[in-house]
Amino acid sequence: MSGKSFTFTVDDVVVEASAGQTILQACDAAGVYIPRLCYHPELEPAGHCRVCTCSVNGRFSSACTMPASPGMVVESDTPSLNADRRTIIEMLFAEGNHFCPACEKSGDCELQALGYRLGMEALPFANLWPHRDIDASHPDIVLERNRCVLCTRCVRASRLLDGKSVFGLEGRGVHLRLNVDAGCLGETALSAADKAAAVCPVGCILIKDHGYRTPYGRRRFDAEPIGADIEAKRAPRKG
Amino acid sequence: MADEIGAVVAAAVAEVESDRTRLMDVIQAVQRRVGHIPQEAIRRVAEALGIHKVEVEDMVSFYAYLDREPKGRFRIRLARTPVSLMNGAAAVAKAFETATGARLGTTSPDGAFTLEWTADLGMADQEPSALINGTVVTALTPGDAPAIVAALRESHLSGARPILPDQQGIALPRAKVASNLVQSGPVVFRQSARGAGLRAALTASPDEVGQAVTKARLRGRGGAGFPTGLKWKLCRQSIGDEHYVVCNADEGEPGTFKDRVLLTEIADAVFEGMTIAGYALGARHGLLYLRGEYVYLFRTLQDVLQRRHELGLLGRNICGHEGFDFDIRIQLGAGAYICGEESALIESLEGKRGAPRDRPPFPTERGYRHQPTAVDNVETFACVTRILEKGADWFKGFGTRESSGTKLLSVSGDCPHPGVYEVPFGITVNQLLDLVGSPDAAFVQVGGPSGQCVAPKDYGRRIAFEDLSTGGSIIVFGQQRDVLEVARLFTEFFVEESCGWCVPCRVGTTLMKNSLEKILGNRGTLGDVRQLEALAGTVTRMSRCGLGQTAANPILTTMRNFPQAWEARLQPEAFLPRVTLGEALAEATRVQGRAPVPEEEGA
Ligand SMILES: Cc1cc2nc3c(=O)[nH]c(=O)nc-3n(C[C@H](O)[C@H](O)[C@H](O)COP(=O)(O)O)c2cc1C
Ligand code: SF4
Ligand code: SF4
Ligand code: FES
Repeated sequence: MSGKSFTFTVDDVVVEASAGQTILQACDAAGVYIPRLCYHPELEPAGHCRVCTCSVNGRFSSACTMPASPGMVVESDTPSLNADRRTIIEMLFAEGNHFCPACEKSGDCELQALGYRLGMEALPFANLWPHRDIDASHPDIVLERNRCVLCTRCVRASRLLDGKSVFGLEGRGVHLRLNVDAGCLGETALSAADKAAAVCPVGCILIKDHGYRTPYGRRRFDAEPIGADIEAKRAPRKG
Repeated sequence: MADEIGAVVAAAVAEVESDRTRLMDVIQAVQRRVGHIPQEAIRRVAEALGIHKVEVEDMVSFYAYLDREPKGRFRIRLARTPVSLMNGAAAVAKAFETATGARLGTTSPDGAFTLEWTADLGMADQEPSALINGTVVTALTPGDAPAIVAALRESHLSGARPILPDQQGIALPRAKVASNLVQSGPVVFRQSARGAGLRAALTASPDEVGQAVTKARLRGRGGAGFPTGLKWKLCRQSIGDEHYVVCNADEGEPGTFKDRVLLTEIADAVFEGMTIAGYALGARHGLLYLRGEYVYLFRTLQDVLQRRHELGLLGRNICGHEGFDFDIRIQLGAGAYICGEESALIESLEGKRGAPRDRPPFPTERGYRHQPTAVDNVETFACVTRILEKGADWFKGFGTRESSGTKLLSVSGDCPHPGVYEVPFGITVNQLLDLVGSPDAAFVQVGGPSGQCVAPKDYGRRIAFEDLSTGGSIIVFGQQRDVLEVARLFTEFFVEESCGWCVPCRVGTTLMKNSLEKILGNRGTLGDVRQLEALAGTVTRMSRCGLGQTAANPILTTMRNFPQAWEARLQPEAFLPRVTLGEALAEATRVQGRAPVPEEEGA
């Protein structure tokens, strides 16, 4: 822990933080769950998904990038923000090609779990049905781009933790896609033991032959909603 | 071929002394010499700069004016904006299709021409316009196309290189950008001597210069209106190895072109403002980020810089002031509206994709090369020069309390004299419309697509930061124009220009466009409009930067100010599918060669 600690409030809960922590880090430690998708505790935040957006002193900011500061007033669990978050998840379902019942990641997928937690029902938007390819050239890893949500966790993990830069972005706007540092994944330096191969929140980067080791029904989010682990840390007393 | 590419890359890399942050210049050199960025060049650039291929591809794939595939020798890019279309751009495009043999969006069979639409080129006062390689042609009519194409063909036959900024161009018909300074005012465009503002600044301390800017209550002219003196103070207070002064000449907001006019008419005053900022901030380096479309200005601007060096207004010990060194480099952009956003601009300056940064930290704290950086608009710097010339009190004497000085407005659309008007802040829309000769406008777009669509009931409002705030784009629309068609074009603009970093803007802009198309295709219901409004709200609230946060404005401000235009499009049904059954089955019908048999009534 660096620096002095101080407090701020999130939805009337008083949260303790230390200098250098983001709102999201401080809330996680205090057991207050703010929905998020692109954030990963071991990586620099990148601010892609905006699911963690909160009202901070009356202005919208992403909790994963915003440093906590003394006396800050944060609103997170409000009907309006949760509706906006649900809309973002719906956008991602419309943007990619997600067929949950046929996906190896179902039940362990953060996108799907957020959909459930935020009360998503039928998709209100027409799907964009993009054409995306599957890269199965690597002996141990599949890249199923239909499911990529462009969170760049793999990009960041490969660069910062694995020191390899196997992944990157390509294009812009709605044409943005995940790129690899070679003609195909099999030609890159990626190994199944890399952090980059383990951080994907959805069923886009998959280790071959691992898909059904844990059967449907007994996976992470079959047992409890996403965020429950964080909320369990919350002291039982009222905030 | 590989050898030639190798030589081009080696030379370009040497030119920037293998500085990775100059990747943009390296890649642009390849684009100019080879005509596109082949995979071989990407491999070699990565190797030479010691970075990964995936990083080079990340940057190259971002910019509209960098090609990874070979395209025609001549790239004809026609501006597609509400103003160009109302001035006949569609017919001009047809004429170019006929003359070149290329359909829009494709390359002609002989490989000579690629024809495509592009976003606003900064020529709204002389549409239809086009960018042909590095040259801007303006005020086009369908009759110009054959002559232009013939001249291009001839230059090709005579072996001349494509017209590019660093080569002598061939003479093209209509290759002229009119300056169009229609009304100059008493502040920005006042007559003054080169160097006067800078010399005045050097008689004071750096702090006092900053205080003069604060006292003048100068606010940023790029659109947001942040107090310039405060920005400088924050920058100066930040600790760093270097401080940087950046001039934002990306001018990408459709309908604005006043920075073009400033850089054409009084580039000296702009560079002088940057130099004054350098003095006030303790910076030694300034950068001017020039939008790729303005490459035709590059040479002249370099000449102005050269002259200022010769006069001792740039370089070492400026004006004999011991220890005050400052130089300015011009960085060319490559076709990306988002690079006008200051943190995206900095990323682009560092040779990366133009994705905005999360703030904090702000650029004043950690900007270019992670050092304290002040990014200001072209016009802001020109104002700084005037403030130092004539004093803060004089400057404050113009405009309103909250918005001191004058403002350059880029006026285009249905008005007899489009061009730049320098007016005092506080002018009402009505007064402005009288001034430009369009008192009967049906609606006025203030601030470009990211601004507001203003209805006649609001023509009494004032153009000032405290009321209708604008970076200067004013597009006038006459009675014959359809407000929703304009909203559609603006929405398409945001789809094209979203950087894609964050979900609400990347996906939301396309979803808004699809919904708007359904409604304009007379298949929209009240439910569709409600859903679109909710979606627009989410995009506004949740997007990461100003682009996404304003991308819904064409929809939201027309909903607010022109509800009747929306109502007129609505169908009475509770629900209509986006496409008709016939449309949905069209492909199957074509493949099978027969139409489906209609279901029996009640079957
Ligand atoms: C999408 C977007 C595009 C922008 N484009 C420009 C631009 O072309 N020129 C400009 O000066 N400011 C532009 N800005 C504003 C800049 O981020 C920044 O506020 C400005 O350069 C600061 O200069 P100023 O204080 O002198 O206005 C843009 C902002 C956004 C969000
Ligand atoms: S592959 Fe997975 S981790 Fe990588 S960007 Fe796509 S969704 Fe994120
Ligand atoms: S709002 Fe749009 S332009 Fe801005 S970061 Fe998000 S995707 Fe990029
Ligand atoms: S978790 Fe904060 S933006 Fe994605």
